[in-house]
Amino acid sequence: MLPVTRRSWLRLAGLGSAAAATLFGARRLSAAQDQSSHGAMEHAAHRMGPVGRVSTEAFNPATYLRAWNFSDLAPEERVRYYKETPRPDGTLLREYQIVAVDREIEIAPGVFFPAWTFNGQVPGPTIRATEGDRLRITFINAGSHPHTIHFHGWHHPDMDGSMPEHQVMPGDRFVYEFDAEPFGMHLYHCHAVPLKRHIHKGLYGVFIVDPKTPRPEADELIMVMNGFDTNFDADNEVYAVNTVANFFMHEPIKVEVGKLVRMYLVNVTEFDLLNSLHLHGMFFDVFRTGTRTTTSESTDTVMLCQGERAVLETRFRYPGKFMFHAHQSEFAELGWMGLFEAAGVRRDT
Amino acid sequence: MTREAAARTASGDATSPPVTARIWGVAFVPLALLAALIFLIIRTGPAEKLRGENVPPVERLAIERAVLTTDGIVLDVLNDGPDPVTIAQVTVDDAYWDFTSESGAVLRHLGKTRLTIPYPWVVGEAHLIKVMTSTGTTFEHEIAVAVRTPQPDRQFLLAFTLIGLYVGVIPVALGLLWLPLASRLGKTGIDVLLALTVGLLVFLFIDASSEALEMAAGMPGSYQGVTLFISSVIAAYLALESFGGWLRARRARARSAGSPGFVLALLIAVGIGLHNFGEGLAIGAAYALGEAALGTLLVIGFTLHNTTEGLAIVAPIAKDRPSIWTLARLGLIGGLPTIAGAWAGGLLYSPVLGVVFLGLGAGAIAQVALQIARQVAGEHSLSERFATAPVMVGLLAGFGVMYATGLLVG
Repeated sequence: MLPVTRRSWLRLAGLGSAAAATLFGARRLSAAQDQSSHGAMEHAAHRMGPVGRVSTEAFNPATYLRAWNFSDLAPEERVRYYKETPRPDGTLLREYQIVAVDREIEIAPGVFFPAWTFNGQVPGPTIRATEGDRLRITFINAGSHPHTIHFHGWHHPDMDGSMPEHQVMPGDRFVYEFDAEPFGMHLYHCHAVPLKRHIHKGLYGVFIVDPKTPRPEADELIMVMNGFDTNFDADNEVYAVNTVANFFMHEPIKVEVGKLVRMYLVNVTEFDLLNSLHLHGMFFDVFRTGTRTTTSESTDTVMLCQGERAVLETRFRYPGKFMFHAHQSEFAELGWMGLFEAAGVRRDT
Repeated sequence: MTREAAARTASGDATSPPVTARIWGVAFVPLALLAALIFLIIRTGPAEKLRGENVPPVERLAIERAVLTTDGIVLDVLNDGPDPVTIAQVTVDDAYWDFTSESGAVLRHLGKTRLTIPYPWVVGEAHLIKVMTSTGTTFEHEIAVAVRTPQPDRQFLLAFTLIGLYVGVIPVALGLLWLPLASRLGKTGIDVLLALTVGLLVFLFIDASSEALEMAAGMPGSYQGVTLFISSVIAAYLALESFGGWLRARRARARSAGSPGFVLALLIAVGIGLHNFGEGLAIGAAYALGEAALGTLLVIGFTLHNTTEGLAIVAPIAKDRPSIWTLARLGLIGGLPTIAGAWAGGLLYSPVLGVVFLGLGAGAIAQVALQIARQVAGEHSLSERFATAPVMVGLLAGFGVMYATGLLVG
């Protein structure tokens, strides 16, 4: 008599509708049915992706791509956060100031996420040293919850930032001090509990240790695969490389044909077991965790688990646009997709 | 207002002192004070103080309707919460998609917009749409089976008319054809028949109520579906009660030979008509919601089910040998509203209308069922009369018939 409980029937019986019409001698009804229920969509080129653009005033994913040790700041501003002092053995003492602060960030056009950040940005500022350098990181917790910084790399357990007694209370500070080793592509993140929340709220950043013998000169890019659970259902609504959904679709990463390009890639996505990077029309060498300077792995798709990272090297052969994205199509369609734009004349590499 | 009430008011005016402008003026004082109070509340915002600082806004979006067209998916979205909501993004099946919003991105309390999403939906498959607000909160709508939503045109109206005829008018008319048999029954036979009718109507009442409550539960909270339903039930019950009283009074004055049976039959027809309007509305709405294709079994089920409604109309006048014209009129009153309902449901779908009309139908049916029960009881009390075997058998048979034909409808 009434539709709601009968909708299941309505659906099941849908195909019988033409028969019903015939049964009652109503050809017109059947004509109406055919016309209305079987026509699908008229196809044009489908336009996907978020609508609009994100403001880059507070955070620019493109600037983040090529900045480390606060190189994106003006010199007078930079000294407040970063200082290097030569040591007798030829290494450097590198001193950093990292401040945890709550901040709302725009992760997709018009979508604002109540993030916990290092220095007001997600990912936090990239820390980069050479193997053997001394690192002294002053951590100030100006946030609303206890936080820590937990670095990947060799260090004393007291500097681990992982145990309950390591938690830095709001308003407090702590100085982490250790030598930069081993060389490779590492990361740092908050290790206060609940861990998932402290990480996915935005408390993570890249920590690169260069080998004493530098890697070959290259165009170096820092790429953080991250995600945001905007409705707190333990599943990400937004995926990206460097925080902003689809940012590099609109502002492709500019590279030169033939020049060595080195990507420092890390997966800090929460909730999903794996993430990946797939580069179109190209292959690249993979240096897992960047702890060796030789590799036998050449691929166009690299898979990383949570917290795993890799150094990728390649040279663009053709000028033009090259798409890159997670090969988890779901992540790709939720923002983790971008473009390289190579300029120059074709070079066989 | 009933005639008696109107008469009382009129006589009251004659004896009591006239209502002067001064008294009207005094009556406005509380209203003026109330306005001042509301102004004060808005200015000072005591609720804001309770909420404290940095408390996220309460966001509640209701997706009222999804229509599938050749251009994609069209969503009607309502802000059902107290705070303004900004629609930032839309995903379909976990993919951000292009969309446009007819009334802009910001929706105030009870503000509405229409989102057009050029998404290449797939016939016969399911799609999940999420509307994401500026805070990242998501509101979901599932399209269980994607089928192009019929657009209202001449064919559409014709199809609804035919469906209305099949499930409303013809079955009621068929039920009326039992009159010759009913008229040959003795007193006990008529009582059994009337009890059967009561059984049918009580079943319909329960069915309509549960459906309406289910629909109300799915409605945006601001529409207060349950209250709306119960108010509609009471309104219809009282309206029919007073309509019945008016009919009886008129007949008595005109000294027409009409029996109480005819009044009862007319009331039943009106009640069933209201109910069938709600039913038609529901059928039309199922189409309009883009969730349904009407199937063979469903049409047959409705047809069988509604034939019993015709029986309910003829039972009280079985002894009166009414003319064909009278019968036809009763049949049309009971059946025709199905067509009107189907049109209304298909053309201007609204869950509010659905709940209201289901409520009106339920209230009317309750009133009619009680009337018949009183007639069956006669001098006896209701419980005494209904406890006798023939009446009980009739009542249970009424439930049984409805239940069995209801199975066909699912």
